[in-house]
Amino acid sequence: MATETMTINMGPQHPSTHGVLQLVLELDGEIVVKATPHIGFLHRGTEKLSEYRTYHQIIPLTDRLDYLAPMSNNLGYVLAVEKLLGITDLIPARANNIRVIMAELTRLKSHLVWLATHALDIGAMTVFLYCFREREEIVDIYEKVAGARMTTNYFRVGGLSEDLPDGIEPIIRKFAEDMTGHLETYEGLLTGNRIWQKRTMGVGYISGQDAIDIGLSGAALRGSGVDWDLRRDAPYCNYDEYDFDVPVRTEGDTFARYKVRLDEMRQSIRIILQGLDKLKPGPILADCPQVCLPPKKDVVNTIEGLIHHFKIVTEGFKPEAGEVYVGIEAPKGELGYYIVSDGSARPYRMKVRPPSFVNLQALPQMIEGSLLADVIAAIGTLDIVLGEIDR
Amino acid sequence: MTPEVLSLSNAPVLWAAAMLVKILVAFSVLMFIVAYATWVERKVIGRMQSRLGPTMTGPNGLLQPIADGLKLFFKEDLIPGEASKFAFIVAPMMILAPALISMAVIPFGGDYEFSFQGVSYLMPMQITDLNIGMLFILAMAGLGVYGIVLAGLASNSKYSLIGGIRATAQMISYELAAGLSIIVIFMMSETLSLSGIVAAQQEVLWGITSLPSWMHNWYIFSQPLAFGLFVVGSMAEINRTPFDLPEAETELVSGFCTEYSSMKYALFFMAEYANMVTISAISTTLFLGGWDGPFFGWINFLIKVFGFMFFFIWVRATFPRLRYDQLMQLGWKVMIPLALGNIVVTAIAVLLCQ
Repeated sequence: MATETMTINMGPQHPSTHGVLQLVLELDGEIVVKATPHIGFLHRGTEKLSEYRTYHQIIPLTDRLDYLAPMSNNLGYVLAVEKLLGITDLIPARANNIRVIMAELTRLKSHLVWLATHALDIGAMTVFLYCFREREEIVDIYEKVAGARMTTNYFRVGGLSEDLPDGIEPIIRKFAEDMTGHLETYEGLLTGNRIWQKRTMGVGYISGQDAIDIGLSGAALRGSGVDWDLRRDAPYCNYDEYDFDVPVRTEGDTFARYKVRLDEMRQSIRIILQGLDKLKPGPILADCPQVCLPPKKDVVNTIEGLIHHFKIVTEGFKPEAGEVYVGIEAPKGELGYYIVSDGSARPYRMKVRPPSFVNLQALPQMIEGSLLADVIAAIGTLDIVLGEIDR
Repeated sequence: MTPEVLSLSNAPVLWAAAMLVKILVAFSVLMFIVAYATWVERKVIGRMQSRLGPTMTGPNGLLQPIADGLKLFFKEDLIPGEASKFAFIVAPMMILAPALISMAVIPFGGDYEFSFQGVSYLMPMQITDLNIGMLFILAMAGLGVYGIVLAGLASNSKYSLIGGIRATAQMISYELAAGLSIIVIFMMSETLSLSGIVAAQQEVLWGITSLPSWMHNWYIFSQPLAFGLFVVGSMAEINRTPFDLPEAETELVSGFCTEYSSMKYALFFMAEYANMVTISAISTTLFLGGWDGPFFGWINFLIKVFGFMFFFIWVRATFPRLRYDQLMQLGWKVMIPLALGNIVVTAIAVLLCQ
C-alpha cells in the first residue's frame, strides 16, 4: 500500500509554540520525520536600532528582547557598556548587590513562566495558574522597585536608576521564603506524577557532546551533564561572594531539564536571601560624572547640575574606540552582548547572543523520530522566547 | 388490589401521557445539568486553582451558561470552503444524539405507585426498560465515535484529521476495555436490563446484618477492579483529561473541532458534558446501586451522579495528558488483560457459589 507523509504547519499561530515560532513538520502518521523551524516573525531590528541610539537609550530596547526576563537583559547590556568604558570596578557594592537580587528574582520569574507553560502544554492546567500566581508577586516587586511590571528599564550604566524603595526588603524576603513551599507544591503535582514522568522521561534527548557542539547553554546544557554556569565560572556582579550550587543532571532528557530548572529556582532563593543579608546602605551609582547622571536634587537646585544632566542626556557619553563581549548567565542560558565602539556616543555595532536562538537549533535533533506530542514537550523544555530569537 | 404495571396494553392514553412527561422531564433535567455542569466545572476548577471562576454574569456567575449559549448562538456560522458540507453539518448532531439517547434506559428511581380512575398503577421511573439496556448503551457509545471521526474528516484540516484519527483509535480500544470490564456485572446479576441490575444490587451486603440498612450489595464492593477499569475506560471514551487527545488543545489546537464555530461548536461542547452525565449515570447504575440509598429514589441517584462528575472535574485539574502511544499501551496492554482476568476469576467464583 502506498503511503505518503503529511506536512503540517505548526505555528506561527499555535497555542504551544510560545509566540510566533513556525515549525514545518513532516509527519508519518504521528511520527515526526523532519522538523524545520522558521523564525523571524517577531523581528523588530533591535540591533540596527541600537546603532542610532546613545548608550543609555538602548537600555529600554533590551527589555523587549526576552520579555520574560527584562532585568537580565538590562544587566547584560550595562555590564558590556561598563566593560567598554572600563568602569566595572567602580560600581558600588550596593548597586551590585541589588543587581544580583533583581537578576535572581528575574530567574525565578522566567522559570515560573517556563514551568507554567511547559506544564500547560503537556496538559497540567493547575500548575500553570499556581505559577502565574507567584509570578504576579514578582512583577509586583518589579513595579515597586522599577515602576514597571514587565519593561523594567531599571539598571543604568554605572549602577541603578534609583535605590530600592523603603520597606521592599521584607517583601522580597517574605516572597523568597514562601517560594520554597510553592516549589514543593509544583513538585507535588508533577515530579511524582506517573503521567508527567511518562511524558518527559527519555523525551527530547540530547547528549552532552551534542549539547556542546550545538552551543546550548543554561539548563539545556546542565541537563545533559555539562557543568557550566557563568555565575560561577566567570563571575560578574560579585557572584563569587555568594554561596550557591550549580544543579547538574546527566540524563539529557526533558525530565532532567525540568529538575535542573526547579533546583536552580531553589538556588536562586538562596542567593536572594544572601543578597538581602548583605545589603548595606551606600551609593547606587558609580562615581564617574562623565557617564552617570547627577542626583536629581542637584539638577533642580544648581545650574551646574542642570548643565551636567543636560549634557549627558543630549550628548551621551563617548567610550573609546574598541570592542567588547560580555556574557551573563541569563535564566535561559548565556546571554551575550558584543558591542563595537568607534569613539562616538552611539555604538558602531551591537550584536546580541540570545540563548533561545542558539538553543532552538537543538529542536530538530530532539524531535525527529519522536511523536507529535513530544514536539510540544521539546519546545517547552527548551524554554524559548521569540522576542529574543528574532530580536 | 395489587397495582399493575402501567403499559400500552392496560391504559394506552395514560401510558402515552406518562411517557411524554418522563421524556420531557428527563431531557430537560439532563440539559439543565449539562448547562450547569459547565458552570460547576469552571467554579470547582477555579477554586482548585486559587481563582474565582465566573463572577460577572448574575450572582456568582450563575447566568454564565446562558451567556455562553447566547454568545455562541449569535456567532457567525463558518463552514470552511474545502469542507465536505453535509458531513460537516451532520457530525456535531451525531455526537450529541447518542449521548442523550443513552439516558432513555437508565432508571432514576424506584417504581412510582398512583391510582387513576380507581385503578392503581405502577410507573417505572425509567423512560423505557429495555431487556438489553446495557447493550443499547454500548451501541450508542459506539455511534458517538462516528460523529467525531466525521467531524475530523469533513473539516478538511490537517489538525482535525489527526484529531479524528486519534479519536477512532482511542475510542475503539477503550470501548473494548470498558465493555469487557462490565461483563462481570452481567455474570453476577444475570441480566442486561439496567433496572434488573439495580434490583440485583439491593441485597444485604455479604450477609452482614449489622451494617446500616441502606448498605446494599453494590457491585463496587464485590467488583472494585471492574469499577476502576470502567471509570477509566469511560473517561477515555468521552475524551476527558487525561485522555483528551482528540482535542488536545495545546497539540492539535482543539483537534476535531478546530474548524467549528457558533452553534455547531456548542453542540460539541454540550455533547462532551452530556457524555459526562451519561457515563456518570451508567457507572452509578452499574456499580453504586443506581437510585438505591438512604434518601428518596432520584435524590440518591443525583447525588451519586454529581459525585462522579466532581471526580471527573477533579481529575481534569490534576493530571497532565497522556501521549498517543502510551494511551494505546495502557488500553491494550494493561486494561484489557486485567478485564479479561477479572472475567475469568469472577466466572470461577460465580460457578463455585452456585
